[in-house]
Amino acid sequence: MVPHYPTKRSALVPTLLYAQDEVGFLSDEVIAELAGRLDLTELEVRNVISYYSMLTTKPRGKFNVQVCTNISCLVRGGEEILQHCAKKLGVGHKGTTPDGLFSLEEVECIGACSWAPAAQVNYDFHENLTTEKMDKVLDECRMKA
Amino acid sequence: MADVTLTVDGKKVTAPAGTLLIEACKTVGIEVPSFCYYPNLSLQGACRMCLVKIEKMPKLQTACTTVIGEGMIVTSDSEEIKQARKSMLELLLGNHPLDCPVCDAGGECELQDMTFTYGAAESKFMEAKNHKDEQQWSPVVFFDRPRCILCYRCVRVCGEGMDVWALGVQNRGVSSVIAPNREDHLECEECGMCIDICPVGALTSGAYRYKTRPWEMKHVGTICTHCGDGCKTTLGVRRADTGMEIVRGDNRDKSGTNGDFLCIKGRYAFDFANHEDRLTQPLIRQNGKLSPATWEEAFELIGKTFAEIRDSDGGAKIGVIGSTRTTNEEDYLLSKFARVVLKTNNVDHHRTADFPALASALRGKEGATASMAEVFTAPAILLIGNDPTEQHPLLAWQIRNNVRLHRARLYVINSNSIKLRRQATSFVQIEPGMEGQAAAFLAGSDAAADTLANSSTKKEEWIALRDKLRGEQNLVIVFGSEIVGDGLAKLVKFGSAISGAKFVCLADYANSRGAADMGLYPDLLPGYHSIVGNSQFHQEWGEIPQAAGLDLPGMVEAGKAGQLEALYVVGSNPVGRLDIDPFTFSKSFVVVQDMFLTETAVIADVVLPAANAYEKSGTFTNTCGDLQLVKKAGEVTGTKSDFEMIVRIADAMGFEMRKLVPFGGGTRADMGQSRGAQSGEADRHAVWLEAHGLEPKMSPFDPTAILDEIQRLVPGYDVSRVNLLSGNSEHTSLAEAGTSAAHKPESVSPANDSLFSSGTLGRYSRALNSVSESHEVKTAEVSAD
Repeated sequence: MVPHYPTKRSALVPTLLYAQDEVGFLSDEVIAELAGRLDLTELEVRNVISYYSMLTTKPRGKFNVQVCTNISCLVRGGEEILQHCAKKLGVGHKGTTPDGLFSLEEVECIGACSWAPAAQVNYDFHENLTTEKMDKVLDECRMKA
Repeated sequence: MADVTLTVDGKKVTAPAGTLLIEACKTVGIEVPSFCYYPNLSLQGACRMCLVKIEKMPKLQTACTTVIGEGMIVTSDSEEIKQARKSMLELLLGNHPLDCPVCDAGGECELQDMTFTYGAAESKFMEAKNHKDEQQWSPVVFFDRPRCILCYRCVRVCGEGMDVWALGVQNRGVSSVIAPNREDHLECEECGMCIDICPVGALTSGAYRYKTRPWEMKHVGTICTHCGDGCKTTLGVRRADTGMEIVRGDNRDKSGTNGDFLCIKGRYAFDFANHEDRLTQPLIRQNGKLSPATWEEAFELIGKTFAEIRDSDGGAKIGVIGSTRTTNEEDYLLSKFARVVLKTNNVDHHRTADFPALASALRGKEGATASMAEVFTAPAILLIGNDPTEQHPLLAWQIRNNVRLHRARLYVINSNSIKLRRQATSFVQIEPGMEGQAAAFLAGSDAAADTLANSSTKKEEWIALRDKLRGEQNLVIVFGSEIVGDGLAKLVKFGSAISGAKFVCLADYANSRGAADMGLYPDLLPGYHSIVGNSQFHQEWGEIPQAAGLDLPGMVEAGKAGQLEALYVVGSNPVGRLDIDPFTFSKSFVVVQDMFLTETAVIADVVLPAANAYEKSGTFTNTCGDLQLVKKAGEVTGTKSDFEMIVRIADAMGFEMRKLVPFGGGTRADMGQSRGAQSGEADRHAVWLEAHGLEPKMSPFDPTAILDEIQRLVPGYDVSRVNLLSGNSEHTSLAEAGTSAAHKPESVSPANDSLFSSGTLGRYSRALNSVSESHEVKTAEVSAD
């Protein structure tokens, strides 16, 4: 991936995303490895990770449920969706279920305003949500697991 | 580059194309405020304080990131701009604790100044301030998060300036915070540049915090007493029971050759001066024990004994060891005192570079040495040996930033993979001890290339490197103590073929160069004139013993054989530093002038408590040959300068004072108060007198009387006195140096100090000790797992 960029360090963010998808989170080992490969200090890698909310240094559930509560989703019931998920999964914002299956996150706009309220589970979008629809999404995840 | 003309506040400004608007404004005296902008660091555009109005541009623009353009019409001060800046300050103050009354930066805080200027004292914010506790990142660096205004100056100076990259920014937006590289602490070179550059009191110094307020100190810009680079450090002094106490060292006075730079030693390691083990009374050995005595008793005993030995057995039975941390005036005086009063040529010092060989090689070559300032501007630099990052931090800074800002080409030849290789165009690693061979190869010996060639660098690569170097112009050649004697001559031969090449010979202590230039050698007089012959010194000083004396190893041998009846050690610790058996001098009458009971002082018969370089005036010559003024900052009651002590001993020996120190003949002057609140006035008066050549020199203890003689007699020291007294550095020359005698290159033994050590002196610095302990503990932890 490094040769695609004019300078080595530019490859950091995509590399971090790939590493996170593969390992599940950005562990100390991952950080040290990437810093070494891109000629950066570990501190620089950590600075970038801490800037982006989609990057995490803590383990997350297999399914990361991200519910948008930004303006469009808010007026169309996003807040209820979030509360519903919290109740159903038994965890709050940034929480992970004990079985390690689900993480819940309240996120800012995910660019699906036209189909609000929306949520994102890992890389999949789920739109025009109702609590029933959300239940179905979560159940399907559980089946897949 | 071509010039560009623009208008700022109705004033015509002309500056080279590419200049930043904020810098162009400065040239006509218009101050555009800023926090994040710092000259010579990358642009940040974070603080939005430098907003100005530029005609035809829709919004206010940041002057720190705008490059000037032809015909630009700029307004730097209007109601709109004031309001914008005031709003920015209001945001910055939103979480700022406003603990100015207890903050170290109070009184010299840029945020405070701005708040006063723009009157942003009232705030619209009602929310509770976001408080976070203070953190200690290292023994010398503390971080108070809420005070931070996120200008990122510390992050940039640490990374770009120091190439350490120990600071970063974590999180974003309102929760952004400056973070150290090891979670809760720093692993770095502890230079403290981040503290100096912090516009507020977010980063504070462990050595200074909560001790005093800036306006309660007097600030004296003097030369650092540690390594040989000659940085200017500003010492903040305050009246104390024992005289004047040094409470802070920093880089407030940026007029020095070091510009923005100062390392850990210049910044924190002044604290040896306040160490409780300081000697404040002369000690005389009585019944085998060193017991307190009066100055008069001590001088009388020394004078009587020295005179007796000289008169009965000859001066050759007396040895003299000088210092590498005393001033040029003291070194010159000691050299003269030994020859003229003691009648001995047994004079030496701890040699850390082969300056006699350099002087001999450069004789007749004008402008062949580079000043410290030139290392920053040279188009190309060759560095052989040494590790400047550890041993010459300013030199490393100059090299690093020359590469970064001026794209200088750096060629490094070293036996270790030193840190400066990261800036190098070419880095060649050699076997330890092969530096002399490298010099021989560069000078033209192709045979040497066969011995140098190894697995990493083949013979052809060596030849390519030499060709590249030969193609350079104005190359600055820097070399460490690995290059001495013959190797040095070869290197000079190589450099002399390059147009405009200049040399820097690295020695380890603050005035190592001065000690050499002032003739603390058994066979050399000041200016590398031979002891044999008829130089200006022979004519001025009167009779000088003609045979070369004993060097340090020679004195040790003589001591062992019982042939050395007296030894006079001024500000040096040969027993501790050069691994000499303490019983060597048990038969000699030993006199030691020092601050502490060192390994050498404990074997003495008389110990005289000395003032250090921060407690006296005079001049230092740095390793490059830059002459600079040393100013008195601190004072410890009960100590005397080495200058005064040498004069007093000469007096006790019945020597005619005016023959030793040409004092008197000046004007009578009212010097005003020298202590207390008005002391600055007296100093200014003295500076004015000196600058006009009216120095009173009323007493034989006045070192400027000797400076006159140095400037008159020592070749290359005839520099502008006014410029020197104004606090600037003046480069001396070796071109006119005397024909030096043959020297033993093996007598050069490097100090091997690191960033955190400084010879015997360093042992008495708590700051240095605590930092090196904290670094040691960490390495132990690492090796355990």
